[in-house]
Amino acid sequence: MSSHDLHLQHQQQVRDMRNAGDVEEEEEEEEEEEEQLQGEYAADEYYGTDASNDSGTESMPWIAWFCSLGGHQYFAEVADEFVEDDFNLTGLNSIVPFYKEALEMILDLEPEEDSTKVPDVSIVEASAEQLYGLIHQRFIVTRQGLQQMADKYQAGHFGSCPRTYCQSTNVVPCGRYDLPGVETVKLYCPNCQDIYSPPSSRYHNLDGAYFGTTFAHMLFHIYPELVPNIPNKIYTPAIYGFKISEYSRCGPRMQWLRIKQDPNTLDASGRLIKDAKEQDENDKQ
Amino acid sequence: MDDYTSGSDSDYTKYWIDWFLGTKGNEYFCEVDEEYILDRFNLTGLNTEVQYYSQALDLITDNLDENLNEEIRDIVEKSARHLYGLIHARFIITTHGLTKMLEKFKKCDFGRCPRVLCHNHPLLPVALSDIPYTKSVKLFCCRCEDIYNPKSTRHASIDGAYFGCSFPHMLFQVYPQLVPPKSTDRYVPRIFGFKLHDVAKQHRYQDMIREESHARIMAGIEGLPTTAVVVQSSTSARDVQQQNHKNNKSIESATPTMTESGAMADVN
Ligand SMILES: [Zn+2]
Ligand SMILES: [Zn+2]
Repeated sequence: MSSHDLHLQHQQQVRDMRNAGDVEEEEEEEEEEEEQLQGEYAADEYYGTDASNDSGTESMPWIAWFCSLGGHQYFAEVADEFVEDDFNLTGLNSIVPFYKEALEMILDLEPEEDSTKVPDVSIVEASAEQLYGLIHQRFIVTRQGLQQMADKYQAGHFGSCPRTYCQSTNVVPCGRYDLPGVETVKLYCPNCQDIYSPPSSRYHNLDGAYFGTTFAHMLFHIYPELVPNIPNKIYTPAIYGFKISEYSRCGPRMQWLRIKQDPNTLDASGRLIKDAKEQDENDKQ
Repeated sequence: MDDYTSGSDSDYTKYWIDWFLGTKGNEYFCEVDEEYILDRFNLTGLNTEVQYYSQALDLITDNLDENLNEEIRDIVEKSARHLYGLIHARFIITTHGLTKMLEKFKKCDFGRCPRVLCHNHPLLPVALSDIPYTKSVKLFCCRCEDIYNPKSTRHASIDGAYFGCSFPHMLFQVYPQLVPPKSTDRYVPRIFGFKLHDVAKQHRYQDMIREESHARIMAGIEGLPTTAVVVQSSTSARDVQQQNHKNNKSIESATPTMTESGAMADVN
């Protein structure tokens, strides 16, 4: 048996292991959350055929396989050319352990002969995931990546905003940090411009750095037509129909957070242009 | 939903309320005291809200005549769930009801705020309308003072009227120590590390509104007699509206019976 066969076999084992693990997790979740994300269904189907037909995974390229896994629905499929261009990977070799082996795995390349120093395929597997994630962070802010993610956004693959007044508008994944290992992925809502934890626990281990701080805002910058137009509503607490006075200790203190104002009506200091003019005129008199 | 009347086998429970509370999807409900249900005064007006009212009430209190035909039993069963919900909405704003819901709040039975900057603050159920069959239940976070949709579809389909518009706010009036400190933390979108110009302007505008309202509150609290601090009717509605006095003077007509603020929405 050649080392490549061995490698493939190992890889297959790891995949099977992960598949089995994912199935278990899914069942548990169904109990708990019974989730709704539309995007998950398509992938689950994929994944169902996967588990029942072992030979299917072998012929599948690593990237396609990785993106089809349960809990990986947020990922776009990074183009091979992008991964193959060293320039796009600048600096990643110092962040990701077993960088070379991980890269080979992602690109489905045969490992070199001296790969015996790698203790366990599952370690490379973890490195490949991290490397893919960090390449992904860079890919999704390119024209091609943005296009893919825009399609996923419109198809509702990332779920919707939990805030009632956002009327289930679609959200996009984002990170608060660009370095891996700091925080898990969050969801950005273009309507309330706030971030939320993904509802399903399957995303609670996904690194936010795989999406990065820039992508979400780049997406709506390049595709402004994706920004929803939802009437701005702010919740006001009331008891027996009477609004609670702001002088009360329990009175409203956070309404500022949800106030939206067309930036075109504001000057650089955040004042309404109308008011600023009025004030200037008063000052002159 | 499981059928109580046909659930004759292993998971059969003796008391209807126990069965109801144990049914999946009913985790938000607390146990209404039997004495509360038996006091007809508390149920005033509900007889016109549900079909087969007295049978439904009998079922809830485990006194239903066994010899009902199946068709009617099904309707009675449905009515009983509806009736329990409506009684529940009244009960949870009584002193004892509030303590029961407080326990559930402490156990995070209603879930946690999905907003990242609320750091998993526990939620409370709330309605957007007290009228049955209008809006499903929402969850109120006292940290960001906003409302969210329940995660699970089972909870998202519960009638909001079974909890009412007032409940969480009543709870915080009675237990003001539960009100968390408010934070001015806010998510700041960035592209390659740079803040977005338009967003920065909006944030400055929000800050201005916040500082103005803070100044008003500080001035107002000093000037107010302490007894007037709790719930105020028309004056408080006007106070909220004053936040918008600058760009909209035509909203004076908003009535204090509004539960969702049209006033604040007009800012946009
Ligand atoms: Zn939103
Ligand atoms: Zn919150």
